[in-house]
Amino acid sequence: MKLRSWIKLTWPGVPILMALLVTSLILILFHTSPKTALVAMVEGSFGDQSKVLQVLAFLVPLLLSASGLLVTFTAGLWNIGVEGQIIIGAIMASWVALKIDLPTPFQITLELIAAMAGGALWAGLVALLKTRGGVNEIFSGLALNNIAIILTNYLISSPWQPPEGGTFRGTQPFAENALLPLFGESRFSPLSLVLALIAIGMVVVALRGTFWGLKLKALGKNPKSAFLLGVSSERELVLALMFCGALSGLGGAVRVLSWFDSLRQSISGGIGFLALLVVMLSAFQAYLVPPIALFFSIVLMGSTTLHLRTGLHPSLGGILTGVMVLFVLLFGDYGKLFTRRRKINPPIVQDSSHE
Amino acid sequence: MNEFDQLLKTLSSIVLQSSPLILAVCGETITERAGLINLSLDGTMLLAAMTGFIVGLKTNNLMLGFLAAAIVGMFFALIVAFGSIRLKQSQVAIGFVLTLLGDDLSAFLGQNFTRIRGPYVMKLGIPILKDIPILGPLFFDQDIVVYFAFIMVGLTWWFLFRTQPGLKLRGVGERPEAAFARGVKVNRVRYIYALVGGGLVGIAGAAYSLDVKLGWSEGHTRGLGWIALAIVIFGGWSPIRGAVGALLFGGTKALATVLQRTFPQISVVAFNAIPWVLMIAVLLVSTSDLTERFINWMPKTWRRPLRRFLRVSAPTSLGVPFGED
Repeated sequence: MKLRSWIKLTWPGVPILMALLVTSLILILFHTSPKTALVAMVEGSFGDQSKVLQVLAFLVPLLLSASGLLVTFTAGLWNIGVEGQIIIGAIMASWVALKIDLPTPFQITLELIAAMAGGALWAGLVALLKTRGGVNEIFSGLALNNIAIILTNYLISSPWQPPEGGTFRGTQPFAENALLPLFGESRFSPLSLVLALIAIGMVVVALRGTFWGLKLKALGKNPKSAFLLGVSSERELVLALMFCGALSGLGGAVRVLSWFDSLRQSISGGIGFLALLVVMLSAFQAYLVPPIALFFSIVLMGSTTLHLRTGLHPSLGGILTGVMVLFVLLFGDYGKLFTRRRKINPPIVQDSSHE
Repeated sequence: MNEFDQLLKTLSSIVLQSSPLILAVCGETITERAGLINLSLDGTMLLAAMTGFIVGLKTNNLMLGFLAAAIVGMFFALIVAFGSIRLKQSQVAIGFVLTLLGDDLSAFLGQNFTRIRGPYVMKLGIPILKDIPILGPLFFDQDIVVYFAFIMVGLTWWFLFRTQPGLKLRGVGERPEAAFARGVKVNRVRYIYALVGGGLVGIAGAAYSLDVKLGWSEGHTRGLGWIALAIVIFGGWSPIRGAVGALLFGGTKALATVLQRTFPQISVVAFNAIPWVLMIAVLLVSTSDLTERFINWMPKTWRRPLRRFLRVSAPTSLGVPFGED
């Protein structure tokens, strides 16, 4: 009995170890020792100050989207469109940066507001399609993601192409006063981290301590009874999605205004999908989101370092995080895994028509 | 070559281009008819395309390539089925993680095999039949993948709607309690058809890398799995309607290419958005209340055929887990 409770306590570590094992096996398949990879990952993220700042800079948009997704998941929504919301935020921020010239504080405020509005509207489209059109948010979100990517490519290749000619890479760098103030020579903007921390704080408060949070929870747990109790599902769903869209749009602005200095082709690069994984792994617990997001950022930055050192494809980081989330989803719940199934014979149904 | 021959050639290439999609739609239709959603299609097809290509290349045997791809598809389907049936976890969550994982795994495992020439499926016209005017060049002067896809459409339809096991399958997706009371092993049935469907999706992936879009590169079939999932809905969970949907999708893409040539002033990238706009539009028509209002606004005699044509309804217990205890 004692052993059993001990196993129960340490169980959450088992799927994570399994994920590390699988990733190591894949590495060995490619004649790379897992130790090399580990060293590259650690040095790639903690090696020196610039590496740490890089991880933090990558973390900010991830944290912003994950905070928003906590809200949509609570409302029972699969906001796969989060990736597109990041991209639209980046486009809106770029638009302001390219077309408007104001003193720095006003310029940046306007850029961030435009990005949040763009993300919120893009998410609002998903919400509208769901509540009014009955289109599942997974499909509309996915289609809108692709449309956002295509829109970026269009903007870069035609109207916003740099004066020296159309490269498919990106727009010309924005003016100095349009960019977020950076920490030293890095791509990290302390202001953006503060904004991200405020965002996750707001989400925690909103979900735990407000009537709105309670309504969202009711919707997520049982939409029908929430409706019967007078929760307007349409209003809450639209609000939840637009809230997530606004935060993701802000993340997109951070991408163009600090990580890059212009609108690029793969401006998000899957951060939205990564945020979905973060929130799934956290089992929708807000306090777990920052540490998991930090860990994911370390893994992703580490695998980029590994790519630079050994030439191995950088998708290794995606494999590690993906396998980890999969195993935690499948095997993380000790209770569901080891409860014995009772075998019951089908009930004998009397067929009344024969009487 | 005259205009007519040109048109015929375009149409026959649409048929070829659509056949992997048709296979994937058939597979997912079978799985979803049994009540299980396998959302991992996009990742499954990528990984299967990569596996099929490498196995085909290394063994120089196409059949082994397709077989390996089918096994990959079945393996992913098994994870979804096991996770949702035995471990009672969310099908959508597992499917989504597998989508991302399949994409990353295919990029990593296939990294040394990008952009190289490999084996491919040869064209194989059927004698006599291929000489039928119009229909011949469209459907009987193709390769074995195309024939297999169209045979699967008919076979799936016949199995689902005209056989006893097919009735059982649909019963499990519609009213699992009733099927269970009748002595059907609900979850066993769901496992079986998840595997069958997954196998077909795997073959569809390899049909791209070994036939329709030769070779392997990162993100080779990215997005097509999601298109297939949307077509299953558009097709109202019927393989024949689904196949028509896949052909229409292929046709729209071909049309876009033609339009692009006619209107060179419109940016090329704008045409890339067509499939995705179409996806939203089509789902909107199939599921929106507005369509219902439109139908009711029409003359009475038109309503029934219009509803049959425009509206779809999902299997009642799609995505709902069934506990046998």
